[in-house]
Formats: sequence, C-alpha cells, structure tokens
Amino acid sequence: MNNGEKFLLMLVAIGMFVAVVGIMLFIAGRFNGRRGDKVVALAFLAPTVIMLSVGLIYPGIRTIFQSFFDGAGSKFIGLDNYQTIFTSSDQITVLRNTVIWVLITPFVATGVGLIYAILVDRARMESFAKALIFLPMAISFVGASIIWKFVYEFRPDQAGVQQIGLLNQIVVWLGGSPQQWLINDPANTLFLVIVMIWIQSGYAMTILSAAIKAIPEDIIEAARLDGVGRLGMFRFVTLPSIRPAVVVVLTTIAIGTLKVFDIVRTMTGGQFNTSVVANEFYSQSFRADNQGLGAALAVLLFVLVVPIVYYNVRQMRASEAR
Amino acid sequence: MTTASDTPAVPVGMTTTPAIGPIAVAAGNAKRKLTSPWASFAAVVIAVLWTLPTFGLAISSIRPELKIKTTGWWTFFSDPQVTLENYRSVLSTRGGAGLGDYFVNSFVITIPAVIIPLCLASLAAYAFAWIDFKGRNVLFVAVFALQIVPIQITLLPLLKLYVKAGLSGTFWTIWLSHSIFALPLAIFLLHNFMKEIPKELLEAARVDGAGHVQIFFKVLMPLLRPALAAFGIFQFLWVWNDLLVALTFAGGGSSVAPLTVALANLSGTRGTAWHLLSAGAFVSIIVPVAIFLSLQRYFVRGLLAGGLKG
Repeated sequence: MNNGEKFLLMLVAIGMFVAVVGIMLFIAGRFNGRRGDKVVALAFLAPTVIMLSVGLIYPGIRTIFQSFFDGAGSKFIGLDNYQTIFTSSDQITVLRNTVIWVLITPFVATGVGLIYAILVDRARMESFAKALIFLPMAISFVGASIIWKFVYEFRPDQAGVQQIGLLNQIVVWLGGSPQQWLINDPANTLFLVIVMIWIQSGYAMTILSAAIKAIPEDIIEAARLDGVGRLGMFRFVTLPSIRPAVVVVLTTIAIGTLKVFDIVRTMTGGQFNTSVVANEFYSQSFRADNQGLGAALAVLLFVLVVPIVYYNVRQMRASEAR
Repeated sequence: MTTASDTPAVPVGMTTTPAIGPIAVAAGNAKRKLTSPWASFAAVVIAVLWTLPTFGLAISSIRPELKIKTTGWWTFFSDPQVTLENYRSVLSTRGGAGLGDYFVNSFVITIPAVIIPLCLASLAAYAFAWIDFKGRNVLFVAVFALQIVPIQITLLPLLKLYVKAGLSGTFWTIWLSHSIFALPLAIFLLHNFMKEIPKELLEAARVDGAGHVQIFFKVLMPLLRPALAAFGIFQFLWVWNDLLVALTFAGGGSSVAPLTVALANLSGTRGTAWHLLSAGAFVSIIVPVAIFLSLQRYFVRGLLAGGLKG
C-alpha cells in the first residue's frame, strides 16, 4: 500500500463508521415517546457495549484463565506461573525494579511539581515557566527515552575521546571519570526512573497549581494577620488545603508508573536487570512465547492497580465535594 | 474542582470600586509573590534542568553527523555548523531510516482512532446522562469500573481474535483497539460535562417536540465543544505517542507501524546513530507539541477534570 492508498483507506473507514452510526441514529430518531426512549438508548449504547464486551471484558477473563496454563497455553498448571513470579531470581529482580519505580516516581514527581507550582505562583511569566515543565507531557515516552539516552551517552575514557553525553561531560568537568549509567545494576533503574519523573512532574504541577490558586484569599489573609511566616503558611495553610489534590496526583502517577513499558523498552530493552512488570509481560507474551507467564504478569498488574485506583477515585470524589 | 487555572482571584469589576477590601487583597497578592532571590533561583534551576535535555538533542539534530559523534552538542556554540542532512536521511527510504512512511502511518492511525471513540462515547454519555431506561445506573458503574482494566490484560486474546477475523496486521486492529481502550474514560469525562448542562434546556427542547437524536445534535453538541476538544487532544496525544498497542498489533514493518515503533526499533538496532535518532525524535515530537501548544487551554481543562489515562 502506498501512502496515498493509506489515506484513502482511512477516509473509507471514517466514511463507513459515519454511515453505520448515521443509519442507526436515523432509525432510532423515528421512534417517539416512552418506547422511543428505549430504542434510542439501545442505539446510543449498543456499539459501546459490544466493543467493551468483546474488546475488554472477554479478553480480560480469557487472560485470567490463561494465567493458570503453561507457556503454550495447553496444559493446566495451577498457580505455577504465579509461583515463578515470586520465586525465580529473574522475576524477583523485575518485582524489585517495579517497587523502586512505584515508590520513587510519584513522590519525587509530585514534590518537584509542588515546589515549582509554589515558586512560579503569581510570578512574572508564570504561564511560560509552566509550559517549560509541562512540555515533556506532550512528548512520547519513546521520544523522551531517546532524549535522555543521549544525556546518558557514554564514551570510553581515553585521550582524544570527548564525551558527547551531557551527564558524563559534567562528571568529567568535575574531575570524575565517565560512567555507563544504563549498565550498572541496580543504579541503572534510577536513571530510567528520572525519565518518568521528568515527564510526570508537569502533570503534578498543573493539578497542584490549580489547587493552590483555589485556596480562598481570606484564609491566607487571616493567617498572615496572625503572623504566620512563609514556611508556616505552607505547612498550615497550603498543604492542608491541597491535600486531596496531592493524593490524587500521587495515586495517578503511581498507576501510570506501574504500567510503564515504553521507557524500559526503548532505553535498555529490559536488559542489565532493568525490566519491570509491564515490560516483562510484553517480553514473555510476545517475544519468549510464554503465554502463561505473560498472562500471570498482566493479572498481577491488574491486581496491583485496583487498590490504587480505588483510593484515587475516593479522593477525587472527596476533592470534588469540597 | 476548579476548571480554569488562570482566573484572577479578584473579579475584574471589583478593582474599580474605591473600597478598602480589594486594595488590601491586592497588597496581599503583592506580598505573597515570592520575592526571595533564592526562590527565583530555584525556579530557574528546575526550568533549566527540565529544558536542557530536549534542547541538547534539538541542537544535535541539526549538526553534521561526524560532529555529533565526536564532540558534545555544547561545542556547537563555539563551532556552529548547521545541516538538514540528518532530517533528509532519517525521512528518506533510500539509504536512510525511512521514517517518512511511518510518519504517514502515525497520521492514518491517529485520526480515526480519535474520531471513532469520540463519537461513540458522546452518544453513550448522552444516553447515560439524559435517557431514562432500566439498568442505567448499573451499566454506567460497569463502564466506569472498566477504567481500571490495564490494557495489558487484553492484548494477547485480542490479538488472537483479530487473527481469527483475518484483520491481523492491518490498520483496523489498531483503530479498533485504541477506540475500545478509550471508551471508558471518554464516556466518564463526557458524562460529567453533560450532567452540568441545565436540565431546563433539554426539557424546553423536548416540549418543542425535538427527539433525543435532534437534541443530541442541535442542543448538546455545540455546548460540548470544549469537552470534546479536551478529550480529543488527550486521545490524539495518547494514540500518537503510544508504543505498546502499535507494537502488539502492527508488527514492525513500514506498512502499518507508527513512528514510535520505528524509533524504538532504531534505538534498539542503531543505538549510536545519533544523527538519525536525534532527527527522528524531533520528527515524532513536532506534531504533538504543536497540537499541545495551540490547544493547551483545553488540555489543562481536561487534566483538571480527571482525564489522565494511567
């Protein structure tokens, strides 16, 4: 298919979609009254319900089922796949890395976002300053990984060889010798985590900045009249007021971090003991042809996400109710 | 929850009234501004740290290949040599990385994958918000709950379904998958916006004899434009930047795979070809950044409404 034909196919697909939906709506629109309500609801919801059932619910159940079978998906092996996840040394490294990611990323990203939001609040050029931090959110994880891989780039420490990676050049300028940042385990995971922090801080800043601006002026004024200093203001006024927003940000970033895949895939491919659950899921399912273990890892991801989402939704409700 | 981030704390009209209140508030605002030079310094440090990596790669992408590989990008300022050769060779199919085809694929993938879920989700959200039918609440909660399903758990069975249907390796698999994965969040967000529209407006339209289909198109659609824009941008960025779905369903070839797949492959197989990687990364970055900068307002509004796909 050449590029012209691709666009043609795209237009045909959109056309078909519009035609099908249009015909459904036209038919639904001819019914009136109480019975009409039912027909219209059916027409409006049927595509969604069908797609979600076939594309999310059925595959989800299928995967849970599959996680109790062996690599080829033919023999029932009970909980063996789960046992592998928690006992084999490779998989334990994967779990260890995932824990590092999820413990560090949300807190550091939220911390940086919060500090920056406070620093630039009502400053000159506030929106420009925010855009700088926010921009990484528009960049793909793959693009971000390449940007940072270049920062970490290593050249051997020989006469006549110059460093081309910024981090190693800074090390050399400070009198140290260049390092292979992405190879030495377990520190290499931290250098991958930095990429995620770089991306997520902008999100944290946006949400927290809005929360800070929503603090009623009279509360701040009252605190100031009581002689509360700048740090006290943060501790006793700002922080309690934005607490629900902070929790929402922390949990949202934690969920995103649990599923992180692109960064590990692009920067190390999971080598050098940097793999995480989401990457290991991909490797086992699609590269190593171990469907059973892949399915069990996907289920593990699901199980880990549920409590965080539950807490996240509760906090979101709480912050909306305010 | 606040919807606009930049609304002034004091209504504009109040500042003209010669009362003491607003003046005191204005003075308070001035005082609250961080005057400490350390604070400004810290802000600048963070801003520089956050910008420098991208800046370095941007500079590199316009330097000659040999220069990129032997000297750091910061030497560009003492020895400025500019070329567009990297962009030419990363895009061209002959003797280059052939990213041009993947660039086209990214557009062909993204446009339907934004339009389809947007249409379906607004219809579903309308039904949940404004049509009375049995089981409505149960169904809505079910759709809402589906947001927690990580897409990983669906990929392999879904791939097998596509193979059975004879769709594997075509754009259809990616369009369908992205549409399905987008629906729960889209319906939830649009439902929230729809609920905010005053009931009287719809009742008035019904009294005038309009059916649901007419109300949906004539009354709601115009009002929903900001919400649709917000979700549209999310979905655009999500699909354009996605790697996992594309990698699973599109394979690696230039017939269907998007830019992200090509870049990830390039990074894996030619990890030191920085003249290609830097230019390639910027080709992939330019579209979402342009969209993002021009429609930032809607994006922020969507974020604040809870629209971040984990």
